[in-house]
Amino acid sequence: MKLIIIAGPPSAGKTAVTRQIIRHFQGQQNIAFLKIDVVRAFEDDELRQEFNIPTKKVYSGDLCPDHTGILVLQDALTWAKELESDIFIVESAGLCLRCSPYVTQSLGVVVLSAVSGMNFPLKMGPLIALADVAVITKTDLVSQSEKEVFREKTKEVAPAIDIVETNAVQGTGLRYLIRSIEALPDIEKDQSITLRGIPPLGVCTICVGKREIGWQNHFGVIRKLDGADEIFRGD
Amino acid sequence: MSSCPIREITVLPGHDKQGNPERFDRIVIRPGDTISIVGPTGSGKTALINDIELFAQNDTATGRIVLVNDEVPAEEFIRDPSKKPIALITQNTKCLADMTVEAFLAMHVRARKISSPTIIAETVCLANRFTGEQILPGCRITALSGGQTRSLMIADAILISNAPLILLDEVENAGIFRERVIEVLKEHCKSVIFVTHDPLISLLSDRRIVMRHGGVEKVLYPEGREQHTREMIARMDLTLCRFRERIRAGELLTEQGSPQ
Repeated sequence: MKLIIIAGPPSAGKTAVTRQIIRHFQGQQNIAFLKIDVVRAFEDDELRQEFNIPTKKVYSGDLCPDHTGILVLQDALTWAKELESDIFIVESAGLCLRCSPYVTQSLGVVVLSAVSGMNFPLKMGPLIALADVAVITKTDLVSQSEKEVFREKTKEVAPAIDIVETNAVQGTGLRYLIRSIEALPDIEKDQSITLRGIPPLGVCTICVGKREIGWQNHFGVIRKLDGADEIFRGD
Repeated sequence: MSSCPIREITVLPGHDKQGNPERFDRIVIRPGDTISIVGPTGSGKTALINDIELFAQNDTATGRIVLVNDEVPAEEFIRDPSKKPIALITQNTKCLADMTVEAFLAMHVRARKISSPTIIAETVCLANRFTGEQILPGCRITALSGGQTRSLMIADAILISNAPLILLDEVENAGIFRERVIEVLKEHCKSVIFVTHDPLISLLSDRRIVMRHGGVEKVLYPEGREQHTREMIARMDLTLCRFRERIRAGELLTEQGSPQ
């Protein structure tokens, strides 16, 4: 079974890309789909009705969706395997743009929208840097010059990333993504799958429910405004 | 500009929506060619230019194949927009960046690593030949009208992108000087394909590709036989233009009899 992890900001077109992947492989391969979102998601119902494939969803609620994804991934792999899936697609809502849900032995796909502004790739870090493929959607809507600059900035964050530009609703240009999926090896050993990067620290006192503002009311990683250009970098 | 390595782009037939093979051998596009794609809504006009823009290799819904100089083009040619020999400008194409015209063009010039110190001024100047509303280098991109934006994008495609083939999807709605666009594209030895419903653009083109049910139905080569009609339509167009300007200027049009 092949594992594809699709991430990206809301409304970038993750599900439109997923739809095109399913449409392409439908009939030749068994596909299972898992959506991880925060409060509401409809993609699982839509895709199940449209393509008659097994789908599942998980709401992370107050937990980061990527943390949730990691917690449930082992179970989800077992679920997809029991269904004799050839391709298992996990779509994760990327919210803080700092996370990166990609694991080893998978194809990590980040979906970015060309209309989100030319500096957008620079604001995302690991969500792009640790992905294998960047699918840039809605390129039909922006000028040539913005398209070129967006691509450059994406390359700046991840020089080796494979960039696929598309109008995902029509599926133009996605042949290169399909090719990467075809070339993707099956998962070798579930037990040895790990996260590719370290997610942002999630254990400050705000995380555990303290609501007071100001550093004086908290402990753990503490910084004042002065000199707080970058609050915390993992070791 | 003449160092461009592209001699021709060739479209090989696929099939229409019912799966019937298209009835043409090949459509060859060479520098300086002006081609119109016409046909009813839903007949496959946009799908045809999308195939050309993507260099389809029997991997789109139409099954067409598009070659450069009779060969499958190198992948980097297709995938990297800065190396791609085609610029596509559609009705939906927008400049979203909130910056001045000058800064916007400078950004593109930098991305292309062009060193000419005058290219930005030349591009603005060329854009101004296409539009009646003057574009100033200090204007903000987001404040430009539809016609100004379209004009600027076409000028950018000609001078900064230096794309040998330009695809224009229904530009007539944008209020630009269409004949001048065609003239300048020819001057710069660019090929252009219009998807159009506009009689003047259709008749100003050397060739007309007629679409039906998702496939190419035929290719017309008027070769001067439409000269008379073309001149008539050009006159009518001019008349309409004048009326349009007068309406925009707030006049009441009270002429008696039929206007000339």
